Amino acid sequence: MLSSNTRNLIRSGLLHRCKSTLVVAEHNNEALNPITLNTISAAKKIGGDVTVLVAGTKCGPASEAVSKVEGVAKVLVAENAAFKGFMPESITPLVLAAQSQFKFTHILAGATAFGKNVLPRVASKLDVSPISEIIDIKSDDTFVRTIYAGNAILTLRSKDPVKVITVRGTNFAPAAATGGSGTVEQAPAGEYASQLSEFVSHELTKSDRPELTSAKVIVSGGRGLKSGDNFKLLYDLADKFGAAVGASRAAVDAGYVPNDLQIGQTGKIVAPELYIAVGISGAIQHLAGMKDSKTIVAINKDPEAPIFQVADIGLVADLFKAVPELTEKL
Amino acid sequence: MARVLVGVKRVIDYAVKVRVKPDKTGVVTEGVKHSMNPFDEIAVEEAIKLKEKKIAAEVIAVSVGPTQSQEVIRTALAMGADRGVHVEVSGKEYDLLQPIHVSKILAKLALDEKADLVILGKQAIDDDSNQTAQMTAAVLDWPQGTFCNKVEKTDAGLTITREIDGGLETIKTKIPAVLSADLRLNTPRYATLPNIMKSKKKPLKKITPKDLGVDTTPRIEIVSVEEPPVRQSGALVPDVDALVAKLKEGGHI
Repeated sequence: MLSSNTRNLIRSGLLHRCKSTLVVAEHNNEALNPITLNTISAAKKIGGDVTVLVAGTKCGPASEAVSKVEGVAKVLVAENAAFKGFMPESITPLVLAAQSQFKFTHILAGATAFGKNVLPRVASKLDVSPISEIIDIKSDDTFVRTIYAGNAILTLRSKDPVKVITVRGTNFAPAAATGGSGTVEQAPAGEYASQLSEFVSHELTKSDRPELTSAKVIVSGGRGLKSGDNFKLLYDLADKFGAAVGASRAAVDAGYVPNDLQIGQTGKIVAPELYIAVGISGAIQHLAGMKDSKTIVAINKDPEAPIFQVADIGLVADLFKAVPELTEKL
Repeated sequence: MARVLVGVKRVIDYAVKVRVKPDKTGVVTEGVKHSMNPFDEIAVEEAIKLKEKKIAAEVIAVSVGPTQSQEVIRTALAMGADRGVHVEVSGKEYDLLQPIHVSKILAKLALDEKADLVILGKQAIDDDSNQTAQMTAAVLDWPQGTFCNKVEKTDAGLTITREIDGGLETIKTKIPAVLSADLRLNTPRYATLPNIMKSKKKPLKKITPKDLGVDTTPRIEIVSVEEPPVRQSGALVPDVDALVAKLKEGGHI
C-alpha cells in the first residue's frame, strides 16, 4: 500500500511529465503584442513544454520574436490568407487541429479583446469550461481569478481534461524576449477559410503614447474634465512622465475620448507603477480596472469621492488649477 | 423576418458593494438588491430595436437560474420582448453553473425556437467571464459578433462594428449569428408602468435543463472566495508642491 503522500507525489510527477501548454500568440502581422510575453510566463508557471502558435496573414515578425523568447520550446506557424482579421471562425479550427495533433493539457492566450473572443469558442469545441482572466496559478488545475469587478477573489479547481485559460497580463511579469531558441515548425495544414464571417476594416486610435495596458505611468481623466478639449491638460501632464492616457466610463460615454481608452471592469485592466486619477470619482466599475496599480494619486475637488479610499496620495483641489500647476512644476 | 433570442441574467445590482461570506464559499446574495445584468439590458434594447425596424418578428427573453430569474424576464417583457422562457436551475447546481452549461441551453433553445439571432451581453458583472456568447456560437457553429458597438442588417447578413483594444473593427457575418452587446451599443429604455402591467400577461414558459437534454454536471470546484487585499489608505496632501514632493519621495520623478 502506498501512503497517500507517495501516491500524490507519483501523481504530480506523472502530471509534470505530461504537461504541455499551447500559447496562442497575439500580433498584428507586424509585431508581437507584448501580452504574449506575460502569457508565456503564466505557461512556464504551469510547467511542462511551451509551444506558441502564430497565425496570421504575415507571421514572420511575430514567429521570429517568439522563437527567441526564453522558455519557448516550439513555435507553430500558420500563415494563410484565411486568418485575415484574426477571425475566431478561422482561428478556432486551427487551434483545434494543433490540439488534436499535440494533445496539449493547457491552452492559453492573453485576456485581450482577441483572447476573449477566440478562446471560449475553442473551449466550447473541446467541451471544456474556459477560465477567464486568471491572476495566479496555484497548480496545474487550480487557478485564481477575480469576480464581481475585483471585489472578490475566486480560487477554482478545473475538472476538465484540457484547461483553456485567458491570462491577465498585469499579473504575470513578461518572459525574457531573448535567450530562447524555440524550433519553428509549420502548424497543421487545413482549410481554415470560413464562410461564416469576414473581416472588413478597422479604425485604430492613433497615438505616440505607450500602450495603456503596458504603460509604467497612466494619467486618467473622468467626468470632471468636462469636455474632450480639456483632456489636453492630461496629455500635457502625461508628456512629463512619458505616460499613457486613460479614462473612466463617464468620460468615454460623454464622448471626451474614444472607448478604447476606458479603464475598468468593462474596459482595460491596468496596473502601472503610477496611476494619476484626475476628476474621477472612483466608482466600483472603475476601481476594478486600476486598483492593483503600485501608487495611486487622486486629484478631485470632492473630498468624499471614493477614489480617495484607494489613493496613496490625494489632493483635494480643482483640477483645472492643480493639473496645469503640477505639469509646470514637474 | 427574423426571430431573436435574448439572454438575460439576474445579478447583484451593479451599484452594490458585495460582501464575501465568512466561510469563503461565495458572496452574500440573500437580502441583496438584484437586477438585470447591465449588458443584458443593452441586448434586450437592441433586440426590441430590431423589432421596431421590422427586422425581427418576435423577441424571446430567456433566463437560466433560480425562480427569482423570472423577475428579469418580466423586466425584458416590460421593455418589449414578446415572451419568456425560464430555465430553472437553483441551489448548489446554480452555484456551479458555468457559461458552458448556459451556452448549451441557449443553443438548444435557439434551435427549438428557430431563432435567427441570439443576442447576449458581453459579460455578466458577477462572474465577469465574458464567454457565453462565444460558446453559444461555437455550439451552433454560427458566426459570432462580440463586443458590438453597432449592428446593421444588410441583404447578405449583418455588418457589425466591434470594440477592440486599439479602437473599432468592422466585420460582416452571415445570419444566423450570435451577438454580444458592449456598453455603447445603445441606451436601454425604461419600462413604463402600462408596459409593466401588460408584461404580466405575456407568456412565460418554465423548463429545466433536463427537458432540453443539457447536462449540468459541474466543471469546476470552488476552492475559496475571498476578500481582495485591502489597500493601505494613503494621505491627503495640502497642495501641488506637497504632491510633487511625495512623487519625488516615491521615486516617480
